[in-house]
Amino acid sequence: MMELQITWFILWGVLWAVYFMLDGFVMGAGILHNLIGKSDGDKRVMINTIGPIWEGNEVWLVTAGGVTFAAFPTTYALMFSYLYSALFILLCALIVRGVSYEFRSKEDHPLWRKGWDTAITLGNFLPALLFGVAFGNIFEGLPMDSTGYHGSLLSLLNPYGLLTGLLFVSLFAVHGALYLTVKTTGELSRRSQAVADKLWPGLLLVAVAFLVYTNFATRLYDNYLAHPLLMVVPLLAVVFLLWIKIFSAMGKPLAAFASSSLTILMVVGTAMTGLFPNLIPSSIDPASSLTLYNSSSSRYTLKIMLLVVGVFVPIIIGYKIWVYRIFRAPVSEDEVLADKQAY
Amino acid sequence: MDVLTLSRLQFAITSMFHFIFVPLTLGLSILTAFMETRYVMTGDATYLKMTKFWGKLFLINFALGVVTGITMEFQFGMNWAEYSRYVGDIFGAPLAIEATVAFFLESVFIGLWIFGWNKVSKKVHALAIWLVALATNLSALWILLANGWMQHPVGYVLRNGRAEMVDFMAMITNPDGILKFAHQLTSGYTVASFFVMGVSAWHLLRKNETDFFIRSFRIAATFGLFSTIAVGLFGDMSAVEVAKVQPTKFAAMESIWESKRGVGMNLLLLPDPPNECNSVEGICVPNAVSLLAFHDPNALVKGLKEFPPELRPPVLPTFISFRLMAGLGTFFILAALAATILSRWGKIENQKLLLNLCLYSIPLPYLANFLGWTVAEVGRQPWIVYGVMKTSDGISKSVSLSQVIGSLVGFTLLYGFLGVIDIYLLAKFARKGPDNDLSTMLKPRGQEA
Repeated sequence: MMELQITWFILWGVLWAVYFMLDGFVMGAGILHNLIGKSDGDKRVMINTIGPIWEGNEVWLVTAGGVTFAAFPTTYALMFSYLYSALFILLCALIVRGVSYEFRSKEDHPLWRKGWDTAITLGNFLPALLFGVAFGNIFEGLPMDSTGYHGSLLSLLNPYGLLTGLLFVSLFAVHGALYLTVKTTGELSRRSQAVADKLWPGLLLVAVAFLVYTNFATRLYDNYLAHPLLMVVPLLAVVFLLWIKIFSAMGKPLAAFASSSLTILMVVGTAMTGLFPNLIPSSIDPASSLTLYNSSSSRYTLKIMLLVVGVFVPIIIGYKIWVYRIFRAPVSEDEVLADKQAY
Repeated sequence: MDVLTLSRLQFAITSMFHFIFVPLTLGLSILTAFMETRYVMTGDATYLKMTKFWGKLFLINFALGVVTGITMEFQFGMNWAEYSRYVGDIFGAPLAIEATVAFFLESVFIGLWIFGWNKVSKKVHALAIWLVALATNLSALWILLANGWMQHPVGYVLRNGRAEMVDFMAMITNPDGILKFAHQLTSGYTVASFFVMGVSAWHLLRKNETDFFIRSFRIAATFGLFSTIAVGLFGDMSAVEVAKVQPTKFAAMESIWESKRGVGMNLLLLPDPPNECNSVEGICVPNAVSLLAFHDPNALVKGLKEFPPELRPPVLPTFISFRLMAGLGTFFILAALAATILSRWGKIENQKLLLNLCLYSIPLPYLANFLGWTVAEVGRQPWIVYGVMKTSDGISKSVSLSQVIGSLVGFTLLYGFLGVIDIYLLAKFARKGPDNDLSTMLKPRGQEA
């Protein structure tokens, strides 16, 4: 039973990590939508780099949610009801983001397009920030005990929560800028790389502040003190973060993008390793922490779900790679203007 | 108004809104896939134009259906935490499986279909829309197995203070889930058929693109005839199942107060819940209810009085929704039959009356869907899981009244705003008609600018 629960904890962490890696560049490109995109043509190119894949990326979130429900129902129930208002705003933002990509191209009026451009920016910025704030608070622990939850939307906006929010926003922004560098051509690609270069020092600063503050605001480092070998995970996160700069300077945007992808995986890995065996620690009553032991489903359910995930996730990864390869070529403005199907 | 009432209202509003888009997606994905397949097989450019035209409407509709689906998954935890904690061990599984098995497939291949016209071969492109159609239909299966479990819980034991799954196979072969799935699927096909027939009728009444819309109409009418008959059959089978496992819902659907054998069906009937009787009863078909529900003219049907008042569902909405839905279902079969005959063997473009009927019937299958879900969900009350957990016990304890008011108002405004835009765009592109400039559509593969 314990092995099963630990396996599911790892899978839970991996799902979130993959989600943030994949939707991270969508959110990042969206945050920078109006900054990098100067003309309507620029913006259409950017949307067409995102269009074919954003939905498949968002499904990782739906799966992370579904798997939390199926494998850790108590965590799902308490996490979602405790973070009610934050999740409500998150849902609204994700809904607006999704329809923006579809609706924007359906009218030519400049005001219509401007409106959806703003929606794209907000619809990507808010989720990035809120995910950061929510996870920052989870790292700190939520104020919960046997009588329930004692926090509010405002209590989530504490300094550490906000710093984690800023970390997510800046990490995703760099990640998204690098994606656009790889996936566009000419001036737009150069501009994207320039934005990534400009943002990177800021990201480094936020990341260092986060690593230091984590020592005071959370108990995430306890596991690392007990098992120093684990330090390799955060070290790798830092190494990959530096690689972003190195590869960018060498003029290798694809390698830089791969580095930002790995950075995100390792940042989430760092946090999950620190949380173990908690899914959500309590900041006021350790006995009320939600752990992989006290909040998981029954052995039977975990086994069934493991079978489903074990069979289907490799298939999903297979066809996702296939579709990504079909769309691997950068999108140019000429191509978008010539293609009536383009968004 | 308390947290419970408002949470129920929010779930009703968000799921109904989600459900404006889902049924059309279920059916129109198949129709679009069929049209594209015909194009690949025959090379006939009209089928390509059809694929583009109906596909565009499909996508505008699809966008809002997808994004509002996430709200449904999150809401169980947000508003119904006690429910989620109590049944998550078994109820979470179909939702997680839906995401893994169906939703990934759907969202990856819809991207390929929208943006891949010039990137893959015609056959692969047609395969993409078939995979989308398959995936949306598979999604419905898992969601309805989850709902079926709430109607008729199977494959679980109460242990460790919750419902734990002990028999996965029982859950995925639950007749309530399977029949609901079949009933829902075919009613989605009905929505799509009437949508395509109605939009085609609008153009035919104006003599626009006659050949294009006659052919579209014909495909939809045939699909509709099959679908409407199937909805009725699966609906009948569902009602038989309800009579067996949810006696309170069945009694409310038929407004039967006293238990007795050989119950007849009153064509005229008006329930009077305060007095626990019917104020109007007339034109009785003897033994019809017993015969239809239990396949035995003398079968015993339990009346509502058999159960304490607090375990009975609201009779009036359940009864009226059921009657209206069944009436609409009958009308759909007749309309689809007339449409099929006249579009195959008559000059449909001259049949003004039928064309107008089809045009104004577009909203009716949507209405029938809403009514059907009202029967299913209101009729299940006061239970959230029939016979196991009350709706009032499922609510989140930590959520405050102001939070629910905020989200209810917020969702309603946002959904209302987006719904208006979506319907505006649907109407705009439906009126615009097909795009006849195929030059950019037929670019050979690999020739990228």
